Amino acid sequence: MKIDTPLRRFAAEFSESRLALIGLALCALLLLIALFAPLLAPQNPYDPRALSILDGRLPPGSGGPEGMVYWLGTDTQGRDILSAILYGLRISLGVGVLSAVFALALGTVLGLLAAYFGGRTDAFLMRAVDIQLGFPSILVALILLSVLGKGVDKIIIALVIVQWAYYARAVRGTALVERGKDYMEAARCLALRHRDIVFRHLLPNCLPPLIVVATVQVAHAIALEATLSFLGVGLPISEPSLGLLIANGFQFMLSGKYWVSLFPGIALLVMIVAINLVGDQLRDVLNPRLRK
Amino acid sequence: MALFLIRRLIQSVIALFVVSLIVFVGVYGIGNPVDILISPDATPEELRRVTRVLGLDRPMWEQYGLFVVNALRGDLGNSFIHSQPAIQLILERFPATFELAISAMLLAVLLGIPLGMWAGLRPNGIAGRTIMAGSILGFSLPTFWVGLLLIMVFAVQLGWLPATGRGETVEVLGMRLSFLTRDGLAHLILPALNLALFKISLVIRLTRAGMREVLLADYVKYAYAKGLTERRVIFVHVLKNILIPVVTVLGLELGSVIAYSVVTESVFAWPGMGKLVIDAINILDRPIIVAYLMVVVLMFTVINLAVDLLYTVIDPRVRLKPASA
Repeated sequence: MKIDTPLRRFAAEFSESRLALIGLALCALLLLIALFAPLLAPQNPYDPRALSILDGRLPPGSGGPEGMVYWLGTDTQGRDILSAILYGLRISLGVGVLSAVFALALGTVLGLLAAYFGGRTDAFLMRAVDIQLGFPSILVALILLSVLGKGVDKIIIALVIVQWAYYARAVRGTALVERGKDYMEAARCLALRHRDIVFRHLLPNCLPPLIVVATVQVAHAIALEATLSFLGVGLPISEPSLGLLIANGFQFMLSGKYWVSLFPGIALLVMIVAINLVGDQLRDVLNPRLRK
Repeated sequence: MALFLIRRLIQSVIALFVVSLIVFVGVYGIGNPVDILISPDATPEELRRVTRVLGLDRPMWEQYGLFVVNALRGDLGNSFIHSQPAIQLILERFPATFELAISAMLLAVLLGIPLGMWAGLRPNGIAGRTIMAGSILGFSLPTFWVGLLLIMVFAVQLGWLPATGRGETVEVLGMRLSFLTRDGLAHLILPALNLALFKISLVIRLTRAGMREVLLADYVKYAYAKGLTERRVIFVHVLKNILIPVVTVLGLELGSVIAYSVVTESVFAWPGMGKLVIDAINILDRPIIVAYLMVVVLMFTVINLAVDLLYTVIDPRVRLKPASA
């Protein structure tokens, strides 16, 4: 007989939705592709020796040197689009996940502090959250990037500043409820240090909603990075994420050379939809109000 | 109420001031626009002259002080590139952005509400499921990529609609508007649809959720029991009640539509404020960047304030806490 652990129950409930499982599988696949891009890609798109300018803007399925086939066509510099997408996935996913992790850490700590200490700390932090969420993320990101300039580190900083407020709000809401429970009372009576109470007792009980927010925000971060890079204010040319690949192909779209933009766009879309599918199901499973 | 208003106004002014400081110091801290403005083989003499004309030789705090004093008089400096007042350039472009934003909002209402109602009435039908699946896609698809697809399909492959620009415009009350001419309208459709897509999905979800809730209400059962036709129950009794949340949310979203028009304007080369500022960021035209951000942030502050106030007026359940809160 199987022992019913919370993790098993969670896994069983999660797998009730076939769409969510497909999403999870896609996420795992994309992650592996991103990790092993250099091994999988038919060509190193950043090695000038591998590129031939004569192969520029070939349609999908054209033959390249040494029996290689450009399955998804090439861009202006004769770069294999498929290889560029595999490398681009790395950058897009990396930026999305890294910024989500930093924002999670920052937002969680501030949200917990606000809920635990209450009073002025809470009022001040939540006022900041309100003001920030009053402005759309693209506007905040534009302000920050016009100040910071281009670069991987800069776009991660901008995304963290855009996103921390979502985590802070989510974790504060849960923590306020948890704070009143008996185990917290017990922890306080034992005169544990604040740090121990907050991180070892309060934090673990606030994790479920955070996981949901984090999934949604990774997708959001990836889309926002792509948009900003497309606008030319995100990543520099030397770090071609999917958004930059799409931007590069944009000018050729009007002449009917659709593949330069279309395929990176499909890759971006698959990634965002897959993450959202997982996030949707997580929200259903982890939401106590929907518990059967 | 008056106390609340004053406190919010003071907060807004402080927020504006902080943003102006961040933007000014930040924007003026990056790069040197003189390098971009003059040719590489200019003499050092010329370089000094341009720097002096633009006021870039003075210390930063002096530049900021001058900026604040001038900003309060409605002067946000001259564009380095166009040699015109930045605020004038922004305001010239404003009608284009505003027209685009309003058209997108209209589309969101005209398409979103009927589709959402349909999905709410027949949640398990094929149409209902398709509509909901479509709305998930609408949330997931990045705006700029949908814009590219629209151009690819309707402008390049089918050749039905133009891909860039505003087309022919008519001047109404000093604003140039596109939607009054056939050509202008054709240019407006794709960008407006692109900008609206996200909001359409939002309205569909809100309307559907509202439908499912309201359909179960007693007064709807009563209306049916009274023998009213389904058409009358749905379009009068139900519709009126689901409109409240939809309209509130849409009001809040107006600002975000204007902010996101940056993306749509870049894709469709729509000559609005967003296009202007993206170009300005790329060529380091600092006064334009600062002026755009100040205008938009001011707009947002006003919208947020107005929404907060409207809430307390419309919904009696929302009561302002006393000043100690």
